[in-house]
Amino acid sequence: MAHRHNDRAWRTGVALLIAVTLLAAGIAAAKDPEARAQAIAAQLRCPVCQNESVADSPSELAAQMRTLIRAKVAAGETDQQIVDYFVSKYGEWILLEPPRRGPLWIVWLAPAVALLGGAYLAFAYLRRSMVGREVGTLKR
Amino acid sequence: MAVAPNMRSSWPRVWAGIAGAAGAAVLLLVLVFGLHRDPGAIPSPLIGRQAPEFVLPLFDGGTLATPALRGRVVVVNFWASWCVPACYEEAPHLQRIWDRYRDRGLTVVGVNIQDQDRLARDFIARFGLTFPNGVDRLGTISIDYGVYGVPETFLVDRKGRIVHKYAGAVTEEMLVSEIEPLLADADGASP
Repeated sequence: MAHRHNDRAWRTGVALLIAVTLLAAGIAAAKDPEARAQAIAAQLRCPVCQNESVADSPSELAAQMRTLIRAKVAAGETDQQIVDYFVSKYGEWILLEPPRRGPLWIVWLAPAVALLGGAYLAFAYLRRSMVGREVGTLKR
Repeated sequence: MAVAPNMRSSWPRVWAGIAGAAGAAVLLLVLVFGLHRDPGAIPSPLIGRQAPEFVLPLFDGGTLATPALRGRVVVVNFWASWCVPACYEEAPHLQRIWDRYRDRGLTVVGVNIQDQDRLARDFIARFGLTFPNGVDRLGTISIDYGVYGVPETFLVDRKGRIVHKYAGAVTEEMLVSEIEPLLADADGASP
């Protein structure tokens, strides 16, 4: 009897947890328009700057782009639709982060590959020098 | 006796050396390729696509709606009075193109961006520009055309497709060589 009671409390707890999580997700998805516009602008490269985002640039073109993004957010477009619009006009060049697909994966994976390769080389070198020292000790 | 294990262990090292050298060579090629590219040249994805339509409030009153230009070859020029010297260099060329082809089915449209009204009007008066010229106050037209600087000029065929984009000052000669075949295609029945 006590066991069943515990079980029910546990289930209620889990249901409550799921409900709260869903609610939080809902709030996050419907975050205020200005924050959404800001987040979109931060993904876009300012066309007249050197490696600066549309969100950060003080240039007039970037300001006009931010105004346009706000208007599109207010018009009910999704984040993806707005980003896709800019890509359709300026090409993928406008994305500060290269998309994760096809040959572009190279730029995402190269650092990790280089790190692992370097770690392997360092490990191999250390092991060899340690083995060498042991052999030297044995010989002596 | 001591030679055999040595030989066996030296082969992987040779291969590793070759692989390392090949990797370095590929990296070097990529870097050299990158050095020879112009970081300012951003390829436009708009070439071959329908030119975005727009309604432009003109400096001399009224508006110009691009759907009304369908069937004509259109030169869309984005400019600003602070764009020195490129916009100043090309302005007389654009006016000559307008004078030369306006009766043969071509329209030049000037779109003034990121500018001040008085300075823009001074610029038009200075060069005696008579083709339709208007202001894109919010920048929505220029962003729709993927413009990242001035001057930029788009050549649109009779069917409303963008066939060429020029970044930087255009000359009459540059435009004529592209315009003639587009105008010759009188019925707009290009493939």
